[in-house]
Amino acid sequence: MRLSSKHLTLIIMAALIVAAPFFFPSGYYFRVGALIFVNALAVTGIVILTGYAGQISLGHAGFAGIGGYACALAPVHWGLPPALAVVLGAAVSAALAYLVGRPILRLKGYYLGVASLGFGILVAMVLNNERELTKGPDGIEVADLGLRGLLKDWGLNLSNGEFWYAFTGLCLVIGAWIALNLFNSPSGRALRALHGSEIAAGTVGIDVARVKLQAFVISAVYASVAGSLTALQNKFVTPDIAGFMHSVEMVTMAVLGGVGSVPGAILGAGILTLLPQVLTVFAEYEQLILGLVMMLVMIFLREGLVPSILRKIRGRGE
Amino acid sequence: MSLLQIERLGIAFGGLRAVHDVSFSVEPGEIVSVIGPNGAGKTTLFNMISGVYRPGSGKVRLKGEDVTGMEPFLLAARGMSRTFQNLQIFQNMTVLENAMAGFHLQERGPVLADLLNLPSSRKRTRMAEEGARALLARVGLERAADREAGNLSYGSLKRLEIARALAMNPAVLLLDEPAAGCNAVETEEIDHLIAEVAKSGVAILLVEHDMKMVMRISNHVVVLDHGEKIAEGPPEAVSRNPAVIAAYLGTEAADADR
Amino acid sequence: MSEFLQFLFSGLTVGAVYALVALGFTIIYNASGVVNFAQGEFVMLGGMITVFAHAAGLPLPLAALAAIAATAAVGVALNKLAIEPARGAPVVSLIIITIGASIFIRGAAQLIFDKQIHSFPAFSGDDPIHVLGATILTQSLWAIGGAFAVFVGLWLFFTRTILGRAVLATSNNRLAAQLVGINTDFVMTLSFALSAAIGAFAGVLITPITMTSYDVGLGLALKGFAGAMLGGMGNPKGAFAGGLLLGLFEAMTAGYLSSQYKEAAAFVVILAVLFFMPQGLFGSKSTDRV
Repeated sequence: MRLSSKHLTLIIMAALIVAAPFFFPSGYYFRVGALIFVNALAVTGIVILTGYAGQISLGHAGFAGIGGYACALAPVHWGLPPALAVVLGAAVSAALAYLVGRPILRLKGYYLGVASLGFGILVAMVLNNERELTKGPDGIEVADLGLRGLLKDWGLNLSNGEFWYAFTGLCLVIGAWIALNLFNSPSGRALRALHGSEIAAGTVGIDVARVKLQAFVISAVYASVAGSLTALQNKFVTPDIAGFMHSVEMVTMAVLGGVGSVPGAILGAGILTLLPQVLTVFAEYEQLILGLVMMLVMIFLREGLVPSILRKIRGRGE
Repeated sequence: MSLLQIERLGIAFGGLRAVHDVSFSVEPGEIVSVIGPNGAGKTTLFNMISGVYRPGSGKVRLKGEDVTGMEPFLLAARGMSRTFQNLQIFQNMTVLENAMAGFHLQERGPVLADLLNLPSSRKRTRMAEEGARALLARVGLERAADREAGNLSYGSLKRLEIARALAMNPAVLLLDEPAAGCNAVETEEIDHLIAEVAKSGVAILLVEHDMKMVMRISNHVVVLDHGEKIAEGPPEAVSRNPAVIAAYLGTEAADADR
Repeated sequence: MSEFLQFLFSGLTVGAVYALVALGFTIIYNASGVVNFAQGEFVMLGGMITVFAHAAGLPLPLAALAAIAATAAVGVALNKLAIEPARGAPVVSLIIITIGASIFIRGAAQLIFDKQIHSFPAFSGDDPIHVLGATILTQSLWAIGGAFAVFVGLWLFFTRTILGRAVLATSNNRLAAQLVGINTDFVMTLSFALSAAIGAFAGVLITPITMTSYDVGLGLALKGFAGAMLGGMGNPKGAFAGGLLLGLFEAMTAGYLSSQYKEAAAFVVILAVLFFMPQGLFGSKSTDRV
């Protein structure tokens, strides 16, 4: 029963990703799709941290920044292939999350939010200021991943947009699969238990500090990989990737869709990624509308879109 | 050597002595009750024994090992489990998952295996699920297994909490007012459950307001008043103890005055 | 020495603004338990409305008063429209609501005003005063003096007036305050109005020195929050001292270490405080009840 709901989610996701291009009016939508997938991947990490474990981070963009700049710097300075740079970025993010998380995660609520925010801003500041390495606020070029060329050699000729759509879509499905695995596993139960009651979690033997740290590290890796993919896809990265607004976006996407739910994360990412695209017509109103959406959803759909909708459907069924 | 030994335990909050110099012990299969008027320090004592508060003085020994002030999750690994006066249920999980969480110490494993859903991880989950279902049957909640825990009645939640505490197969079980807020039928159900658990060899330490229940099921009663132990012994002896009667009558008289 | 004095002056000047923002945070936090990330927008509104009202022909003092009153109204609207309907929501939701409000106000300011950087004349001319080899702007004295005046005024309000005590009582125990007949909804509204007015006042004081634009709010909110946390969340004296200290710390970092990383100072301070004394400098310890 539970197994099938996980597989159902993944199958629907994969089907949507495969089917959507048939309705694309132009190649531009491949790019929008890839943007959504990358954001959704980062947000899936937030679902694990905030939705499962109940911990807040307003600094996860910092890890996206590390992932992004790893892809910009490692190939140039250490001759690492970009694919390995992704792994390096994830490893550095994980290590940093482990070091920073230990003291930070003792804090709760607003304090945790602000401590993580401080961390994210420090990363952004380093990226802005260490011009010799990062070239500063104007950003830096990123090498090509090289996978598209490889596929071409094997006879699979994809446009740049198509390739990134397919590749990030695949990454998202894998990321969702991992997050859904975690949900019903012993580790996932421990995370959700501490969300429910930290004190009770302790009495059943859950090492709350350790388990929180696990969630923090896992979600940092998600953010880092998403950052790497963004940088590789754009072949360019700026310090904005690590900025406070990016952290806020991630959390908002997660909460908009329903923070405990992986499909919710993807829906939230979809809506908030599309919103500015739709609003380009009235670019001046973009901030106004974004702020309004954030407030309205939190006031009227507290649980987020997907859980609220599910509740409605179930309520009708009974 | 007793299974659980409390030696001269004490704590003060800002100069106020909440618990002072309390000693007693609990043997396997025994039900020991801590009673006392409101504000006597029962829950504080409980929180010190279970590692929520760090005692100011004295020692807690579990199976002879000094576990004073040890964190709850470490005590759990050493065989101490507890329930809470004001329920601490994982409201965000189903009834079954709550019980499964009780198996944490047995079901936990490498997080990487859990992320990748490796066979070893699935096996651990299956083990916990089987154990949890058996426990739910034991406390009469098997039919509620897939409901959200938040939707259960108060009495059912009390039993769920006991089930969760039993999941880890504890040597010592601390029950903080398990019958509080329950009706007569629910109280009796919990009564039976506790007696049965004790019979299986678990040492039970109980804080309870319901005197009838205490007198009925306890082997041994410890009486606290103003944070100090004023009497100790078998239920009948304690209920005849003049100091105990004075403590209870005293507060009741004070209550009547109000 | 003159160098140190110079850093001290500039630190106290920005510190005064941080202190006012931190005070604003504290008032709302105490009344409602909400950390208002839109606090910095009040400072922005105070500056921007004064600029435009002044440009429209109002004399500066009148323009400033209009700005403070208008911002207080925005604060009340924020409470009525966004905070009250969300009472009881989890912390994440409240964070997103106030960040949403901050983005909304910023977006509105960008539409109503513009994206340019603005300023208005200093209150008493631009001639600096020379002190022991260092110089201080008269406007800095206005800012520092204004901040202290607000602090003393608030202290008197909270300790000497019935209304102020009602606010304190509400922050201590909302239910109990209701039971003794305090209109807690009114107290909430008052707190938001007061907090917004203080923010706007800070904007009026500092704009002649630092200038203003539609997007200065967020940075100020974060600094003010850092100050409040440094002093111990919920403690007005702590917030005020914390804000000043943060300003000093920033100025010293900029002066003696690296001006690039002066912004980092605030966050290094927050992290250090949270790690080593989570209750802040003046906060008190709390215990979880089980």
